[in-house]
Amino acid sequence: MRFKNTDGKPAFSDILGKLRMRLGIKRSDYRVNPGLYALNSPGAGSPVLVSANYKLSFDVLRAAASDLDAWILVLDTKGINVWCAAGKGTFGTEELIKRVKKSGLSKYLSHKTLILPQLGASGVAAHKVKAKTGFTVKFGPVEAYDLRKYLENGQKCDEAMRTIRFPLAERLVLTPVEMVLSWPLLLGSLSLSVLCALISGGLPVFLSLLSLSVLAILTGTLLVPALLPYIPGSSFAWKGWITGLISSVIYLLLAGISSAVFIAGALFLFPAISAFLALNFTGSTTFTSPSGVKKEMLYAIPFCVISAAAGLVFLFYFAFRGFSL
Amino acid sequence: MRYLKNVSTLTIDRKKCTGCGMCAVVCPHRVIKIAERKAWIIEPDLCMECGACAVNCRENAVSVKNGTGCAYGMIKAKLKGSSEECECDCC
Repeated sequence: MRFKNTDGKPAFSDILGKLRMRLGIKRSDYRVNPGLYALNSPGAGSPVLVSANYKLSFDVLRAAASDLDAWILVLDTKGINVWCAAGKGTFGTEELIKRVKKSGLSKYLSHKTLILPQLGASGVAAHKVKAKTGFTVKFGPVEAYDLRKYLENGQKCDEAMRTIRFPLAERLVLTPVEMVLSWPLLLGSLSLSVLCALISGGLPVFLSLLSLSVLAILTGTLLVPALLPYIPGSSFAWKGWITGLISSVIYLLLAGISSAVFIAGALFLFPAISAFLALNFTGSTTFTSPSGVKKEMLYAIPFCVISAAAGLVFLFYFAFRGFSL
Repeated sequence: MRYLKNVSTLTIDRKKCTGCGMCAVVCPHRVIKIAERKAWIIEPDLCMECGACAVNCRENAVSVKNGTGCAYGMIKAKLKGSSEECECDCC
């Protein structure tokens, strides 16, 4: 088995690829081949960094270690990032043991240490890897950009490097994918707007409903993630609902809509959409527990469904009776 | 940022615990601290049940119902009646 050479410089296609991933276009198909890579020109004493075969993960690591000589061992995680793959078990003990043996890694090295990203720990049992391969697994920093500091520090993490955070930039970078994934809701809203406009009301009703829909979707997928720490409460559905309510009320006031039936319909439907989308954002966060999500879903999903159904009843009643806005 | 309180399923059997400290090392939310040669859960409400501590406990002293906490995946699993794990394209 041989290794492939690489460096830390991103090619133009890597930048395009990154953009494509952030927009969620064919996201399941962005991979590098698993195996051993030589970053710059590593020697027998160089560190071994273990990564996933999601190309975005590999590129982040390459870029962070661009001025280092290191070995990169890429596991076959089916094109999934380290954190999610560790949860699914593909960034896992078995795969790491297999890959260490298959790559013939030890013949290039004078040491027996593997450095894994900390977030790989939920898939990899360090003691089992040690028993099967003789390699000591060290869990490095959560973020690749701390790697240099970690290595200079004698392969030791401080508390900050071990702690996962979720700053604004990281929350926002995830929102385009959330928006793209919400297309069925947009399609549904569009049909509702067209339908209500055709039944009666015409263009003003169409525009009002479409604006409210887009606003509700943007609230759930962009505004809530952006303002996450500042919206009171801890339940995501609640955060989505209250923010959705405020944004809908602001729109209704600004648009000067006075039909009580339309207002009732809008306030039952649109905050429920924002609540549902905000609840979905739990899957992208770095601090929500499955037990918590399950607890929340138990009341939030029925609430959203019933509230949205009530909203639709009001809006269709509004349209069929031919009320004006 | 904190999520819902009193929901974490994380437990540590201190009879089995040898205080090796691996669970505290791998926890990305610093939920566990080692004191008096035993592991203690000091911030249960910060736990996101990722399971890193349990996977890396050689004494099997740590247990947690782990998962990814993805609402989308859970809804899909409910509807399809399949096992509750994240199978969506969101990560």
